[in-house]
Amino acid sequence: MIHKYKLCGYNVVLDVNSGGVHIVDDLTYDLLTDVKPPFSEKCPEEVVEKLSKAYKTDDIISCYEEVLEAYKEGVLFSEDDYEQYANVAVASPIKAMCLNIAHDCNLRCEYCFASTGDFGEGRKLMTYETGKKAIDFLLTHSANRENLELDFFGGEPLMNFDVVKQIVEYARSREEEYGKKFRFTITTNGMLLDDDKIDFINKEMSNVVLSIDGRKEVNDRMRKRVDGNGCYDRIIPKYRKLVDKRGDKEYYVRGTYTKYNLDFSEDVFSLVDAGFDQISVEPVVTDPCDPYALTEKDLPVIFKEYEKLMKRILDYEKTGKRFNFFHFMLDLDQGPCAIKRLRGCGCGNDYVAITPDGDIYPCHQFVGEEAYKMGNIDEGTFNYEMKSDFAKMHIYTKPDCCDCWAKFYCSGGCNANNYQYAGDTRKAHVMSCEIEKKRLECAIVLKAIRMGESADPSENE
Amino acid sequence: MKHIKTINKANLKATAAKGGCGKCQASCQSACKTSCTVANQKCER
Ligand code: SF4
Ligand code: SF4
Repeated sequence: MIHKYKLCGYNVVLDVNSGGVHIVDDLTYDLLTDVKPPFSEKCPEEVVEKLSKAYKTDDIISCYEEVLEAYKEGVLFSEDDYEQYANVAVASPIKAMCLNIAHDCNLRCEYCFASTGDFGEGRKLMTYETGKKAIDFLLTHSANRENLELDFFGGEPLMNFDVVKQIVEYARSREEEYGKKFRFTITTNGMLLDDDKIDFINKEMSNVVLSIDGRKEVNDRMRKRVDGNGCYDRIIPKYRKLVDKRGDKEYYVRGTYTKYNLDFSEDVFSLVDAGFDQISVEPVVTDPCDPYALTEKDLPVIFKEYEKLMKRILDYEKTGKRFNFFHFMLDLDQGPCAIKRLRGCGCGNDYVAITPDGDIYPCHQFVGEEAYKMGNIDEGTFNYEMKSDFAKMHIYTKPDCCDCWAKFYCSGGCNANNYQYAGDTRKAHVMSCEIEKKRLECAIVLKAIRMGESADPSENE
Repeated sequence: MKHIKTINKANLKATAAKGGCGKCQASCQSACKTSCTVANQKCER
């Protein structure tokens, strides 16, 4: 399978199964519309004839030879032989956990999937006892995995920060005995950040995700305090302080765009102007009936906006400065192995989420979906059958993904969104797919441009 | 080649054979928590 597209003057051809990324000239681009395996040694007459209206015959013939050569090298129309790996997808050790440390929030963000923090289950804070049991659960279910990930999530985790500290301390105290290394991360709305919390986070958390949507008016329209006022002015100085003191450690300012700010490249750059250089701004995923929901009608505008963002990033880089936009990050050579790519997020298999009540769910987005409750930490129950079912959740068991060119980049999308908005964990959520594919197309061209590749392949050595 | 320039190693297949060690980060633990682009993750081996 190949995928070809034109963007920013580049003709890009992706060979899905080898991961090959090719820049081609117009002739190759057009030729690839008309030829595919099985290949004859010579370019078929009718193809030559069709293309000779626009191209010289000699060129068509030499181009065909190159296509054939690439095919023989296994970098064009390469075979899909991954299903054998998918079929051995078995239950893995659990290595990552999301602790919903507080089912409560001090903001009232309109688009919150957690229904203002309590996931529709009532406001609650996790106790240290439950947190400890969660750590023990992770330690005993992680088999030979050395790196264990623990994300403090909510609601708003800073509303229960003493317990966060205690859990970190407890987990660290058991690392040696179990031969494990914990990597903590936290996602916060920033409202309760103070010097003490900032220092603790910067010391202990390998990544911190700071929620903010971008421009003040955009942020404040959705991210409201209980009294209805926006939170921008309160959080910005706190985020700045945290980031300034953080050194090289990872962080993200992370925003959501909705129908209200389809010009979200402005929000990305507003965050850049505010002094941040690790930025993620992502589409809201919600019920299409919500007034701020993104719908298929918005797609052309969203696509244009990603192209605009990409061009703005390139212009910005010409000034010698750089920032990172999460969804344009792509390493064409050193990315994850094919096994990881075909398995995807690993929810319910190597990743689980725990609620303040100790309930276990496949991931934070499944919390509150009774049908997906996997067990309870306090009661010592865990549904291994559901876990193995999630282990089989990979691109080859998702019909839409099997034939999708983006499958080894996207890895099958979000199972929870699929369930909530497409009705089945294995059914692709079309809006998310469309946006994902556009981001990928942009990311690849951006990469090519940064690598100094010319749009004309004959100019490259 | 004059018409085609390959800009990466195109070695995805090779990674399948020796991959799957599980040392890398769970994808939803990175930045977004709501969506999943696995390809922008790092291999940690
Ligand atoms: S979720 Fe959508 S974009 Fe991702 S691989 Fe599946 S069909 Fe493709
Ligand atoms: S199902 Fe969605 S939210 Fe849950 S871990 Fe996977 S990608 Fe993340």
